[in-house]
Amino acid sequence: MAVRDIVLYPDERLKAECAPVEVFDEALAELARDLEDTRQVGPGAVGIAAPQIGVLQRVCIVDCSTTRKPTPNNGHLVLVNPEVLEWEGLVSGREGCLSIPDYTGNVVRAEKVRVRSQTVVGETFEIESEGFEARAIQHEIDHLDGILFLDRLVSRRTDLFRRKVYQKGGKKRPAESKKTG
Amino acid sequence: MSDKPDWKMLTLVGEDRPGIVSRVTNKLFEVGANLGEASMMRLGANFTIMMMVDYAGDGEQLQRLVAPVADDLGLRVHVDAVAAHLHRHVEPDCMITVYGADQAGIVARVTGALAEAGLNILELESDVGGTEKRPLYVMSIQGVASEGMEPLQAALDGLAELDVDVSLRPVETLRG
Repeated sequence: MAVRDIVLYPDERLKAECAPVEVFDEALAELARDLEDTRQVGPGAVGIAAPQIGVLQRVCIVDCSTTRKPTPNNGHLVLVNPEVLEWEGLVSGREGCLSIPDYTGNVVRAEKVRVRSQTVVGETFEIESEGFEARAIQHEIDHLDGILFLDRLVSRRTDLFRRKVYQKGGKKRPAESKKTG
Repeated sequence: MSDKPDWKMLTLVGEDRPGIVSRVTNKLFEVGANLGEASMMRLGANFTIMMMVDYAGDGEQLQRLVAPVADDLGLRVHVDAVAAHLHRHVEPDCMITVYGADQAGIVARVTGALAEAGLNILELESDVGGTEKRPLYVMSIQGVASEGMEPLQAALDGLAELDVDVSLRPVETLRG
């Protein structure tokens, strides 16, 4: 159990394509624990990926179960060799990164994703995710491919498209848009 | 870059033409200045630059150094010594977009109501599109809702007679 140093940009390790995990041993379990310990220390981080602590393996964590504002989620996710099987919809949202302090920007992501992954003991599972959690999963999987949110920035000036905002149950938020008068 | 930055706010405005940014910033580079945060954009066929410049000399010296390039490009120059800092970003937690037929007072009415309801504006961009006969006004604001979203929504609801489309949305910044 250990909090590891966060790899900060610029560092070549953040641009590397990570290797698939093939051995599901105690070292992998320890990596997952270290990732989680390190995520907990990061200010408000909902995810972390192995390259952010300098390990170039396809492992990441996403946990949107304790966000300040509740959001639909699949609980605490340890994702080993995750892949997006299907996606739907595009939505813009603001992102930052533990590896890139003091900078945030708008990024377009899929609104919904279906993801196949393995657990730390090598069991395969699939989840469906939407909204904020789906964004977090895509942000972390990008890390495993050496892609940073800086690679996907879109202009704020042109970001006037209305975002889909889902409440629990998938209803459009009534207060989201109001025609006055 | 000097050890302790000495920031000036450099403002340049003039008729838009190609090459303004490269010529101005090359001059600044030549004289040993370092650039910080900046906003540069075309507004109404003018090109406008506001940028943080770290320069060891005083503002008048900086102005004199930039003047030849600015004159050549037809730009007006203004320099202010400012207390400025990098790495002091404030994250927005809400975004407001407004659009509608252009009319006098949209910005004043909307931002007045929002300010009273606790909005601190970090960034405002507005544009006028449409045609000369039927202009369309579009405004996008990012800010911090210091008293929460509800007072802001109530403030916007009170602007019914403006007859513009207004939307208020939370901005949840993902960190991962």
